[in-house]
Amino acid sequence: MSTLEIRDLHVSVNTESGPKEILKGVDLTIRSGEVHAIMGPNGSGKSTLAYSIAGHPKYQVTSGTVTMDGEDLLAMSVDERARAGLFLAMQYPVEVPGVSVANFLRTAKTAIDGEAPKLRTWVKDVNGAMDRVQMDREFANRSVNEGFSGGEKKRHEVVQLELLNPRFAILDETDSGLDIDALRIVSEGVNRFSAQGDRGVLLITHYTRILRYIKPDFVHVFVNGRVAEQGGQELAERLEAEGYDKYVRAANAAATV
Amino acid sequence: MPDLSVQIDAPIEVVPDAAPDGSVAAVSAAVETVASHLHPNPSYDLADHPLPTGREEVWRFTPLKRFRGLLQGGDAQGDVEVSVEAPAGVTVSEITADEARALGGPAPVDRVAALAAAHAAHVALVDVAAETQLDAPVVVTVTGRGAQRAYGNLLVRVGAFAKGIVVLEHRGSAVYAGNTTLLVGDGAQVEFAGLQLWDDDAVHGGQTSIVVGRDAEVRTIAASLGGDLVRLVETAEYAGPGGSVEQLGLYFVDAGQHIEHRLFVDHNAPHTRSNVDYRGALQGQGAHSVWIGDVLIRKVAEGIETYESNKNLVLTDGCRADSVPNLEIETGDIAGAGHASTTGRFDDEQLFYLRSRGIDEAEARRLVVHGFFADIIRRIGVAGVEERLLAAVEAELEVNVGLPTQPAGTDA
Repeated sequence: MSTLEIRDLHVSVNTESGPKEILKGVDLTIRSGEVHAIMGPNGSGKSTLAYSIAGHPKYQVTSGTVTMDGEDLLAMSVDERARAGLFLAMQYPVEVPGVSVANFLRTAKTAIDGEAPKLRTWVKDVNGAMDRVQMDREFANRSVNEGFSGGEKKRHEVVQLELLNPRFAILDETDSGLDIDALRIVSEGVNRFSAQGDRGVLLITHYTRILRYIKPDFVHVFVNGRVAEQGGQELAERLEAEGYDKYVRAANAAATV
Repeated sequence: MPDLSVQIDAPIEVVPDAAPDGSVAAVSAAVETVASHLHPNPSYDLADHPLPTGREEVWRFTPLKRFRGLLQGGDAQGDVEVSVEAPAGVTVSEITADEARALGGPAPVDRVAALAAAHAAHVALVDVAAETQLDAPVVVTVTGRGAQRAYGNLLVRVGAFAKGIVVLEHRGSAVYAGNTTLLVGDGAQVEFAGLQLWDDDAVHGGQTSIVVGRDAEVRTIAASLGGDLVRLVETAEYAGPGGSVEQLGLYFVDAGQHIEHRLFVDHNAPHTRSNVDYRGALQGQGAHSVWIGDVLIRKVAEGIETYESNKNLVLTDGCRADSVPNLEIETGDIAGAGHASTTGRFDDEQLFYLRSRGIDEAEARRLVVHGFFADIIRRIGVAGVEERLLAAVEAELEVNVGLPTQPAGTDA
């Protein structure tokens, strides 16, 4: 049983006109076995939350804490956080020319486990993970994400999710830019991951569409850098019908008071 | 994103004494009339290549003093050992400089190559018989035996429709001027690898001149990893239409090293192709790379296709990468012409992506640099050379890149 705990997190980015606060006090607790969905309008800070937890250098944490089972994640480097059991599936996975998918996956697995995977089972595991997201095995020989379509990049993220099998996975708009088949395939991958029962998922999305395939235990509405409302599956359904307007107006009103 | 630095020279005009039909015969007349600072007139006469002052366009990037007297000329003081391994179908012999010149290869374009030609005791001639398919590479090894002035001349002649691989490897220590000529017959397919794997104190200047026969395919790879000062000119021209040349290059420049590659592709025949792709990494104080690409598309060279690219990865502070692609276009009827040059630091997003998968910073940097070079090394297609270059890149990476960037003012 693990817990990812975010307490009163404030995060700024540097802009031309000085630091700008994006996250304004985020509180969130995710336990293993739970699926949390964070939903919110564009510019609400959802992606900033994901990248701040993962440790992207662009974001400065000005106050607050992020801990995993009491361990201070913010004191760790990006790779230490990953080795501690955190995974970020990115909205725009990065191309790394000349580094093959096979080499990348093996290097990452070795780093996470602290030892090289057994060759015979590893090849089988990689092939299986690729087969399950209907990704041609030939992709193993291609450069990481180079020339991949949007859908192929997301499938590759899910392959990594399965092989690295972290304690907590943050999925940043993994559903964006996917057609309906790819959305289903990617969602099934996430469901296989959470079906293990002892893994936590933080699913960040703009649309309710993916929630037809992935059923969250908790839904958080994210507006203006903080959680504006929390609920269950029914909250997502309400958002589908009503949109974010109500929350945006309330946040704007609060800001002008 | 990496900084982009691209310089495009204005097209220049050929003085119109080339025949209006654009026939190949007319090109030889046109050759003498092209006036460009980027490719001085080729000549064997040393008087045509005076001692440079450093202000000349073609010398302005080069630290002349570090040539250690090579530019002044004079008889050879030292010696290099030249060994040739040749498979069946190849004849190796020694000919005189006059005999070599009579074979009609291009003349030297700078003083170092002219000195090499002038002081040649003999020229090593590697002859690949027409229609031969070599089953193993020809390997020419030049080993310097002390940092003293030495000259070397190699002429490789590949007969029509022959197919083979030639590797020219430099190692040891020397102050060396080399002149290499590659004459490729019609329809032949040749891979030529020039490897500069010198000791740290070596000085190497010179020229490789390639003549591409009708419908011939030539691929060259220049790999410069060792030496204190390496300055190489590679020229390519065509003996008929339909030829194609691909020039790949990689260099890894360490602290205090100067590595300079100057390429000149002369599209002097129609429907010819050229593709240049050079990549370099620099690390350490005073590491300096220079890449000058120049493609001339003559009036006669209709329907040609060319692209040249140079990418530099600057791994630490204190490095300098000069990169200047040039295109000189004299005909409007071309299939394609372009060039690109990028020089930049590590891509932070690539490092973040790799590290977010648990890969530590040193390993992530190693992977990125490895990938940067592997992208080009795997196109070489010469077994043995590929592995050795990958291993050499790995060894370079272990020197420095394994260490994360230190804050300014501290030493790693």
